[in-house]
Amino acid sequence: MQQISGAQMVVEAMRKEGVEVVFGYPGGAIMNVYDEIYKHKYFQHILTRHEQAAVHAADGYARATGKTGVAFVTSGPGFTNAVTGLATAYTDSIPLVVISGQVPISMIGTDAFQEIDAVGISRPCTKHNFLVKDAKELPFILKEAFYLAKSGRPGPIHVDIPKDVTAQIAPFDYPDEIRLETYKPTYKGNPRQIKKAVAAIAEAKKPVFYLGGGIIRSGAAELVREFVAAAKIPAVETLMARGTLRYDDPMLLGMVGMHGTYAANMAMSEADLLIALGPRFDDRVTGKLSEFAKYAKIIHVDIDPSSIGKLVHVDYPIVGDLKKVLEEMVPLAKEQINPDRYESWREILKRYGELHPLKYEDSDKVLKPEWVIQRVGEKLKGKARISTDVGQHQMWTAQYYPFTRPNELITSGGLGTMGFGFPAAIGVKRGVQEEISINFTGDGSILMNIQELMTAVEYRLPVINIILNNNYLGMVRQWQTFFYEKRYAETDLSMQPDFVKLAESFGGIGYRVKTKEEFDEALDDAISKGVVALIDVVIDRYENVLPMVPAGGSLYNMMLEYKDEG
Amino acid sequence: MHKERRVISVIVKNEHGVLSRISGLFAGRGYNIETLTVAPIPNSSLSRLTIVTSGSHRVIEQIIKQLNKLIPVLKVIEHEELIEKEMVLAKVPLEERLSDVEALCRAYNGSIVNVGKDGIIVMIADEPTRVAHFIYALKNFNPKEIIRSGVVAIER
Repeated sequence: MQQISGAQMVVEAMRKEGVEVVFGYPGGAIMNVYDEIYKHKYFQHILTRHEQAAVHAADGYARATGKTGVAFVTSGPGFTNAVTGLATAYTDSIPLVVISGQVPISMIGTDAFQEIDAVGISRPCTKHNFLVKDAKELPFILKEAFYLAKSGRPGPIHVDIPKDVTAQIAPFDYPDEIRLETYKPTYKGNPRQIKKAVAAIAEAKKPVFYLGGGIIRSGAAELVREFVAAAKIPAVETLMARGTLRYDDPMLLGMVGMHGTYAANMAMSEADLLIALGPRFDDRVTGKLSEFAKYAKIIHVDIDPSSIGKLVHVDYPIVGDLKKVLEEMVPLAKEQINPDRYESWREILKRYGELHPLKYEDSDKVLKPEWVIQRVGEKLKGKARISTDVGQHQMWTAQYYPFTRPNELITSGGLGTMGFGFPAAIGVKRGVQEEISINFTGDGSILMNIQELMTAVEYRLPVINIILNNNYLGMVRQWQTFFYEKRYAETDLSMQPDFVKLAESFGGIGYRVKTKEEFDEALDDAISKGVVALIDVVIDRYENVLPMVPAGGSLYNMMLEYKDEG
Repeated sequence: MHKERRVISVIVKNEHGVLSRISGLFAGRGYNIETLTVAPIPNSSLSRLTIVTSGSHRVIEQIIKQLNKLIPVLKVIEHEELIEKEMVLAKVPLEERLSDVEALCRAYNGSIVNVGKDGIIVMIADEPTRVAHFIYALKNFNPKEIIRSGVVAIER
């Protein structure tokens, strides 16, 4: 059998797994692996300028392509920098394999230079993790890491490899397949439960589809579209499910939750049945739990049994892969469900939609963020991947961008990681090079990983960052406005870099725009030139994200309007 | 909300870090561990953990689901009808009425296991509530040290 070093095993495993790109940052403890990368050009290595960005980029790549993202980092600070990326991917169930170097085994536990208990730190924010003690174990562990990342409920896997293990020579026998005695995810739903659920839908008067991120992860969007069209049951989408239905689908009531539409939130509040497909009942969606969907029976389909019944009582639990479950469920539903039955319910919700549509007051004096997002949508819908950072711009994007397909929106939903958007967009661009990559960001968020301008320029990954700049940490300011009597503690970001010069100094292009015409010109120019760009859009400082359900409030009590003059 | 006490056995792969994975799960989610015992299962690559915990019905349900979700966990057994035993080791000074101590130990499935120059060491193994009674009774003999183990349990 082939005898090779642990480091070479890592590189060979990437080849066997068909990895085409690795994002990473070298350092002392992982140098043996980087030495092998230098010798064998099996995949492209993209050097980010921060380990956090490497993991976010791998994450964005994974979301955009459906493949497993890979990142390499070194021990100690290299690893701790990567933790936010791991936690982000964990919360949104993104398949990643993150490999970190570790100090030699003999030095573990001695507080050696650049030593940290990496597996101890990553345990609560990964699906699983490994500390490799012997190179003989490496082939199996690496295979297991890729298998675990992608199977069942996907998630990030962390493999920590001490430096002497990467130097150790051992036999390399990479398994083709893996079977784990202790890990057997349930893919097929229980047929009796599926039947009962379909019967419940057929009997319901006011059912609602509650569409969650699991649809995107399991690739079930097509089946969901088919189901919704056949049953003619109104649907709401969580942030993570945006794009499941086309923006113009007549059954789509919009996003649900804290910044959901009036119609979507009222539908949840008045429904007699929720058909929950792959959501996790996040508090940003449910609001006050005791008031959440209190007239509704609940069908919940999820691959993760611990997700079912965690927060609310579920009447029809179905554990399984959403796509596999829907393959069983949709034909049954087509037989048994009479869409006419829900006619009056659809009418009620339609009236709710007309009563309080999503709206903003446009202006010719100052740019409105909603207008900017809609404008990008008019120009690029279906042709671009949209990443976001976290904050007001993220919610406006989720509300106003006309999404046409799954994974068109790449955003940190569960953890809400500022600094995610730009590196993720770099990964997205690397994954789907034929598409335009737009990152909607804020003046707060963009500065959290701005150094990645260098990565984007170096590897010719032309991400267009649209900074919706209100000189505020906008979402926190909004909460201070509503709930802290306008005490704007540390949210004024008037002190700013010159984003145009900043972009230029990294080798990209910067634009500063204040009018609709200037915005159009800047966007067209950035697209036609195919360059890394920052478009610094000066927007209304006082625009708030509405509607809003105050945290812990009930979904049916929405703030619909607020006039803020600063 | 009504809190229930539950004994849960977890069969895990006997591998590096598995115990901290389980205790970390309890700590990270704010679940309560009353006692925990762990030992390898003879002639296998598995270990058995016995955890005594308490919480509302929903919390217990989540504990079971979350334990099942951990990759090295082979099986989670929720005991309904079971025999539970706990062990106590205690040190009693020589000047106490040792025959009374011995009689007390016998009443709780135990005996004197060591006699030294300052004191004797006694051992009992019994059900958790009876162990509590034993410790209460033993206080009359001024024990210098009392060490109580976690629960081990087996289905009837």
